Amino acid sequence: MNETLEKRSMGLRASRTISNTLIYIVLVIMSVVWLIPFICIVLQSFRVESTWQVGYVIPQQWGWDNYIALWNSDFKRWYLNTFIIALAVAVLQTVIVLCMSYTLSRFRFKLRDGLMRFMLILGMFPGMLTMIILYRVLKDLGLTQANAVPGLILVYVASSGMGYYVSKGFFDTIPKSLDEAARVDGATRAQVLTKIILPLAKPIVIYTILTAFMAPWGDFVFARYVSFGTSAGMNVAVGMYGWLQLDQIGQKYTMFCAGGVVVAIPVTILFMCLQKYYVEGVTGGAVKG
Amino acid sequence: MKRYSDLEFLKLSKGQKFLYKLTSFFAAIPRAIGNLFLAIGRFFKNLGLGVANEFKDIFTTFKEGDWKTRASFLVMGLGSIARGQVLRGLLFLLFEIVFIFYMVTTGGYWMSMLPSLGKIGPHDEYNAVLDAYTKTYGDNSFKILLYGVLTIFFIVAFLYTWRMNVKQNKIAQEYLKAGRRLKSSGDDLRSLVDEQFYKTLLALPLTGILIFTVLPIVFMILVAFTNYDGTHDGYNNALFGWQGFSNFRTLLTWSGSGVNYSATFGEILTWTLIWAFFATFTNYFLGMFVAMMINKKGIRLKKLWRTVLVMTIAIPQFISLLYVSKMFAKNGIVNGLLLDLGWIKQAIDFWGSTANNGLLPRVMVIVINIWIGIPYLMLIATGILMNIPADLYESSRIDGANAWQQYTKITLPYMLFITGPYLLTSFTSNMNNFNVIFLLTGGAPTNAAASGAAGSVGYTDLLITWLFKITTGAEAQYYLASVVGIMVFVVVAVISLVVYNVLPSIKNEEDFQ
Repeated sequence: MNETLEKRSMGLRASRTISNTLIYIVLVIMSVVWLIPFICIVLQSFRVESTWQVGYVIPQQWGWDNYIALWNSDFKRWYLNTFIIALAVAVLQTVIVLCMSYTLSRFRFKLRDGLMRFMLILGMFPGMLTMIILYRVLKDLGLTQANAVPGLILVYVASSGMGYYVSKGFFDTIPKSLDEAARVDGATRAQVLTKIILPLAKPIVIYTILTAFMAPWGDFVFARYVSFGTSAGMNVAVGMYGWLQLDQIGQKYTMFCAGGVVVAIPVTILFMCLQKYYVEGVTGGAVKG
Repeated sequence: MKRYSDLEFLKLSKGQKFLYKLTSFFAAIPRAIGNLFLAIGRFFKNLGLGVANEFKDIFTTFKEGDWKTRASFLVMGLGSIARGQVLRGLLFLLFEIVFIFYMVTTGGYWMSMLPSLGKIGPHDEYNAVLDAYTKTYGDNSFKILLYGVLTIFFIVAFLYTWRMNVKQNKIAQEYLKAGRRLKSSGDDLRSLVDEQFYKTLLALPLTGILIFTVLPIVFMILVAFTNYDGTHDGYNNALFGWQGFSNFRTLLTWSGSGVNYSATFGEILTWTLIWAFFATFTNYFLGMFVAMMINKKGIRLKKLWRTVLVMTIAIPQFISLLYVSKMFAKNGIVNGLLLDLGWIKQAIDFWGSTANNGLLPRVMVIVINIWIGIPYLMLIATGILMNIPADLYESSRIDGANAWQQYTKITLPYMLFITGPYLLTSFTSNMNNFNVIFLLTGGAPTNAAASGAAGSVGYTDLLITWLFKITTGAEAQYYLASVVGIMVFVVVAVISLVVYNVLPSIKNEEDFQ
């Protein structure tokens, strides 16, 4: 009896070892697949002997040439543009999203349900559709081409109130009794927000800032519309997209790789530092729908 | 169909249960659509009743009002000022003055032009000084449409404010009659940071949404009923005007003027739905699978595996997607490697192959989308999986359940139950996933069968990338793009409505606590 039990448990242990080994193999392969493009991009950014696409990865000659070429190109301007946009959007969008989500979470006013339903329906329209008109409006205001930066900030921030879902979900989890207790003690609604709710909402504030800061680095379509071929008004995505088009890829391919590294490093570092908050926000958002 | 009670349902065999669930799902769809129409009917009935009530109320207010109230019907805010609510009264008055000034100076012009979208187009006019004909510009259809819509918004706002002003008078009159104190200007200001703090908080976000989201959407919906395009740009080349439903007919008829639009549209829509389905569910199940592997007891370095995946989220998509698309190019790294290894003789054209309706590029975008999407889903799934009570697994193991049974009976129902709404939104946002398609393939390879359609349609084009292509270039057919956009909205709205109405019934049937 004892022997059979022992045998069974040994069998179990063996099968667990096998399955764990399999999992380790899969995980290692996955990590490699997920990292390969980024390793390649870093390696190719140091390639000196040629600037176009080649079929091998490891450079034959190493050097900083591509980064120096980057420094001497319009890339500086694009980088600065994107950074300014990202910074401004991170601040302003956070304020707007917090106003919106806090209000919809805490106040019960007459048009609240109608407003939320209306915004849900608005969100079903493809945003692409509104670009043409927004472009014309910005053009009338003189905020396109070389002045694209304030124009882009305006558009990103103005429509950001629609993205309140995740942080509203967070505010919903803060017990209402806290508000009520403070109100009994004579605090106004505004004081409740600034003195009690905001300090508790630190994770969601950081999440909102982080996502708002990261989005402009990747925005491509609208930014391309607004800059309209003027290099001074481009962001990194639009500028570097041009380098991979047929007429330029021969000279600019390795520069694109170098540029990609320069863009990715600060964003990635910031993201990894604040990863905890991002994970909380994403998970919470999915659970609440 | 026959409905079973809970007890009868439990007696059914597995296959019957599944069949029953399936038929009740589809049986619920007509009811959901029926309910939708009922709801629309109810909405209009309530709207009609509401409007009638408003008019009755305005009338009685005038009949029973004193001179202050009656004067306010013409000069807004007069009653409030006369009763000592100076701040409110002044704001009403100011709004009226601004409104009248705007309507007299410019608003009237936009409104009068709105039905025709401009009368005088660009034309050659005799210039006596130069003794020659020079090009003269007339009305601007684009501005007429834009500012016309804005003026309508303004008029609606004015009517609402006027109604509020009348209501204020009525309330104030009743308060004074009952001997109660009216709110002073100071009270009004104080309440903006207290009871009515929501008004302060919402003012800025809603203004932004109104001007930068609602106005453009209304405008673009209206464009679908005009002939606004590159040649009819409304100012430089020619005016554009109202066309009725003809653009919708162009898109939906089976044989338009030489161009078979509806076939093209149908093909792109089908691919869009196929793409959205695979993009959503491959990511969902594979992401869940990866999360379960990392979460498994006895696996070490959990944090490392997670970090590797999460890091890829941080890198802006335009870098990773553009780079990956070049990796798989004909002269890219992947082909180079395969050729070096001698596994293939000729470079594979990953993005250009048109065989089998572009099957290879289509599969490629789905596969690369998995690469993009798994890290997100892994994060989400990890969070949810950790919340599943561990004793469920323990007790099921004691009952002799194997890993697969545990997955299908515990993990999967729990995940689906919690992430149902997320799956829906993820499906609809995949339908509009512009970045992945545009940065990877740009819609290529070109679909020769659809060569007549606007915007050179490709096999991997989604409706949204097609829409974008239509609006670029000198021949930009904005009206067609706008029709396509409306169709996307209709599809998304129908899917969302049907699924939302059916979703709770599925949830209830879930025998999961």
